[in-house]
Amino acid sequence: MYDFAYHKPASVADAVKILAADPDARPISGGMTLLPALKLRLNKPTAVVDLSGIAELRGVKRDGDSLVIGALTRHYEVATSAEVKASIPTLAAMAATIGDTQVRNRGTIGGSVANNDPSADYPAALLALGATIQTDKRKLAAEDFFTGMFTTALDVGELVTAIHIPIPKKAGYAKMRNPASRYSMAGVFVAQTASGVRVAVNGAGANGVFREKAMEAALAANWSADAVAGVKVDAGLLNGDIHGSAEYRAHLVTVMAKRAVVDAG
Amino acid sequence: MNVVTPFEGIGASLRRKEDFRFLQGRGQYTDDINRPGQTHAVMLRSPHAHATIDRIDTAAARAMPGVKAIFTGPDMAAESIGGIPCGWQIHNKDGSPMAEPMHPALALGKVRHVGDPVAVVIAETRSQARDAAEAIVVDYTPLPAVSGTEAALAPGAPQLHEGAPGNLCYDWHIGDKAAQEAAFARAARVVKFETTNNRLVPNAMEPRVAIGDFDSFSGDYTLYTTSQNPHVIRLLMGAFVLHIPESKLRVVAPDVGGGFGSKIYHYAEEAIVTWAAGKVKRPVKWTCERSESFVSDAHGRDHVSTAELALDEQGKILGLKVHTLANMGAYLSTFAPCVPTYLYATLLSGVYSTPVIYAEVKAVFTNTVPVDAYRGAGRPEATYLLERLMDVAAAEAGIDKVEFRRRNFIRPDQFPYQTPVALQYDSGNYHATLDACLETAGWAGFEARRAEAKARGKLRGIGISTYVEACGIAPSAVVGSLGARAGLYEVGVIRVHPTGSVTVLTGAHSHGQGHETTFAQLVAEKLGVPTANVDIVHGDTAKVPFGMGTYGSRSLAVGGSAMDKAMDKIIAKGKRIAAHLMEASVEDIEFERGTFRVAGTDKTKSLTDISLAAYVPHNYPIEEIEPGLEETAFYDPKNFTYPGGCHICEVEIDPDTGHVEVVNFTAVDDVGRVINPMIVEGQVQGGVAQGIGQALLEAAIYDPSGQLISGSFMDYTMPRAGDLPDVGVATHTTLCTHNPLGVKGCGEVGAIGSPPAVMNAVVDALRDYGVRHVEMPATPQKIWGIVNAHRLAAE
Ligand SMILES: Cc1cc2nc3c(=O)[nH]c(=O)nc-3n(C[C@H](O)[C@H](O)[C@H](O)COP(=O)(O)OP(=O)(O)OC[C@H]3O[C@@H](n4cnc5c(N)ncnc54)[C@H](O)[C@@H]3O)c2cc1C
Repeated sequence: MYDFAYHKPASVADAVKILAADPDARPISGGMTLLPALKLRLNKPTAVVDLSGIAELRGVKRDGDSLVIGALTRHYEVATSAEVKASIPTLAAMAATIGDTQVRNRGTIGGSVANNDPSADYPAALLALGATIQTDKRKLAAEDFFTGMFTTALDVGELVTAIHIPIPKKAGYAKMRNPASRYSMAGVFVAQTASGVRVAVNGAGANGVFREKAMEAALAANWSADAVAGVKVDAGLLNGDIHGSAEYRAHLVTVMAKRAVVDAG
Repeated sequence: MNVVTPFEGIGASLRRKEDFRFLQGRGQYTDDINRPGQTHAVMLRSPHAHATIDRIDTAAARAMPGVKAIFTGPDMAAESIGGIPCGWQIHNKDGSPMAEPMHPALALGKVRHVGDPVAVVIAETRSQARDAAEAIVVDYTPLPAVSGTEAALAPGAPQLHEGAPGNLCYDWHIGDKAAQEAAFARAARVVKFETTNNRLVPNAMEPRVAIGDFDSFSGDYTLYTTSQNPHVIRLLMGAFVLHIPESKLRVVAPDVGGGFGSKIYHYAEEAIVTWAAGKVKRPVKWTCERSESFVSDAHGRDHVSTAELALDEQGKILGLKVHTLANMGAYLSTFAPCVPTYLYATLLSGVYSTPVIYAEVKAVFTNTVPVDAYRGAGRPEATYLLERLMDVAAAEAGIDKVEFRRRNFIRPDQFPYQTPVALQYDSGNYHATLDACLETAGWAGFEARRAEAKARGKLRGIGISTYVEACGIAPSAVVGSLGARAGLYEVGVIRVHPTGSVTVLTGAHSHGQGHETTFAQLVAEKLGVPTANVDIVHGDTAKVPFGMGTYGSRSLAVGGSAMDKAMDKIIAKGKRIAAHLMEASVEDIEFERGTFRVAGTDKTKSLTDISLAAYVPHNYPIEEIEPGLEETAFYDPKNFTYPGGCHICEVEIDPDTGHVEVVNFTAVDDVGRVINPMIVEGQVQGGVAQGIGQALLEAAIYDPSGQLISGSFMDYTMPRAGDLPDVGVATHTTLCTHNPLGVKGCGEVGAIGSPPAVMNAVVDALRDYGVRHVEMPATPQKIWGIVNAHRLAAE
């Protein structure tokens, strides 16, 4: 790692102030993504602003028809939260599949969302569930927030503070893991929401997480695994690597969509 | 007083003594060692697979905070530092020696693989050394590179070394070509099979570490290093690289967290830190990072082979012909040349009475990390080739694959059995291990399980491999005649202390094998000393007189035999002392498990009585016998040992994703006499895990320009617990006939026998698709490709 200054503010307001004063400072939540990058010297922030002391960023609560999850909530907390298990059981089950025990005990939903790794789990879930990402200064719909691979609508120094998730009628998730990294190589999150059926895909898109509209239409007409089985994904829009060509991923998206529908019940 | 519970001797599943410290985090690994005044070294490595070094500018880096020194290849050359030596010389078909290009510790004028070290920075902290390494300016002119084994020999391929035209290291053969051709001319059927044995990155849990220390008053050097064989490192580095006499060089290899072969070799970094410690007059520590270890630890396997098997009408094997290309990487690692030759082609007879065999092996240089022995070393490559070929041939000849094997087995009454490729197997019973494995694995009931799986939408397959391997290396004269530049005996010292506890010094080195337990059990069995009172000392050239280290499953067969011989000497001396004390003649003294007895009487003396007398020689035949009770033995084995057996694997394939799951794995191995069944089971399970890793998951993938694509755990698939079944392990023993313990070795059988069992199961699972062969690793993408092609063809 290169040297950097370290701050541990106790409020969002203080954190934002430090970040605003130094555009090369970076927030750190669980550090599961940022720390390896620092150790590999891929990143050279002037300062690291540790959010872990900010109590207002933590916790899961129910707010009417929505779940509100604080940005600093760990994957383990989401996986084991009675509130999440009761209202969106698939989301809890999904959180329990992120990385390994150590990663789940450190990694946070806010960090995952801000990082928008194309293979990460949360972005697909939030896109399919029609979630809203709240920052220190505004609210953004998931489709406006996730703008591409590792990119989001966040401004420099802007912090994710909470995620608002409308509780769906049904939701399901299935993913095929990359054999080596165990991140998703093709994951599909399906949901019946108040605003209709939504299907989001991670791990496969050449431009990060995306909505699969043809599957949404098929499921809106007929909520069944068979309905998505016939929907072929255009491999031209997907990425390929040594573990999975675009063609293989296209096939997997259909398979995982079927399994996600079965998972949703 | 020494009271021995019989359960501590041979055959007891004693809990591993060393695990108390390992499981509590109290192991003392090389990185745990910090010398007073220590500095830190960072290697600057080549980002290019092949390039000339036009200029290295270290001026800015030298001026950075904390930097003590920066050295490059020319700095070492200026002091006549030698190249990293190779320990084995192979001769070509025409009798000329192999090409053996210079391997400078730090690159001289040219880099030949990504990760080739170019400069070393020594600074007060590691971070400062890294900062400075980034500030070194190296002007490279990239050259065309070649990474593929076959591509290296192609006309016009980029050339790595001036002394190795065509990138050829050697062109070697074994066996009788004329006899092979004659056998093939008579054959009713010849089955041809081509395959690639995938390149692997060993990935021991503990990365390599080296600390050089120099005492400017005594002129003594010490190297602390993650090594499987500290004396070998002392010999190679002292004599060939740094020109330091053994008496001035101590090599310590403390607790080592896994080696699997990759820590046998003498690595450049060891020489660099030792030499640099003398230059900067401070200890120099280097700790390899994981991403560095991917591009600097010797890789394993990487063969491209064609095999042809000639059969008669009855399905008896008439002959075998093999052609193999082996990738050596950019330079010759310590034992690289012997792996695809004497540890590979000599095993091509397998468990079969194949009358004639002819094998040709060409070794090539490529712009990749050097390749050397990795768990099994040559024998997994031979076993995989042969056991896949046996399945392919059985299918084409229309014979049941088990029956086909049985028909060609070497029978129990044929031992000792001379193969046509140099080895003489001393003992074994392949029918017995086969029958036991078929029974345990429920072979007969498989079709019902397959049908049940099909109803769940899964493709289930079963695969078998029957194998033999050669380990316990090896008779010094034999290996010497085959090109080894070392002897392969082992050393054991038994030091019985005055009050009867025992210290054993062994030249073998434990890095996961449980020697501290198994070896103590040998002493408990023979001398009757409780294992709690037996300490095993290894891994320090200042303590152990000499040793050749641990690899090739040799520690017990060779190192244990040396201890056994030393214990014989202890007993012989003890009898003479006992005879004096009990006023009997030596011939009348019997010894059993700690007690000397005058035959036919109740007069006894314990080992402690004798050791006390030996160290406090008041009433002692001092004119005839020296005081003390310590004996040393050097044991040179008479032959290799030949563990063998049968592995059966069952897999289920999800045709929708291509994912292969190993649902059952049964191993019945003959490892000779079993000292600690629990440790044997663990060794076999660990080996099987690595074999499953090779078969289904692992691959070191280079792109054609020589960049390692699978250069981290994000892309290199290590087996995880969830990828592995409960591996059922059983043993069936025939004793080794030529070592005193009757032991054969169990460290590598798992990795040798398992890959073809897994792949035979994968191919069997796909049998309805008319699949003849699937290359390792059988990744989901690859299997889905096969399933999908079949579906498209059916549409
Ligand atoms: C071995 C391993 C396996 C993993 N497997 C998976 C997996 O299977 N699925 C998966 O989805 N993920 C996986 N991850 C990633 C893991 O979920 C991370 O925890 C997550 O991506 C980032 O969360 P974090 O809290 O650790 O963020 P950090 O590492 O702290 O930060 C990540 C990035 O987000 C920024 N940031 C952090 N918090 C905020 C905030 N509140 N507002 C704005 N920006 C912020 C940081 O500046 C940084 O750029 C894995 C990670 C590891 C190490």
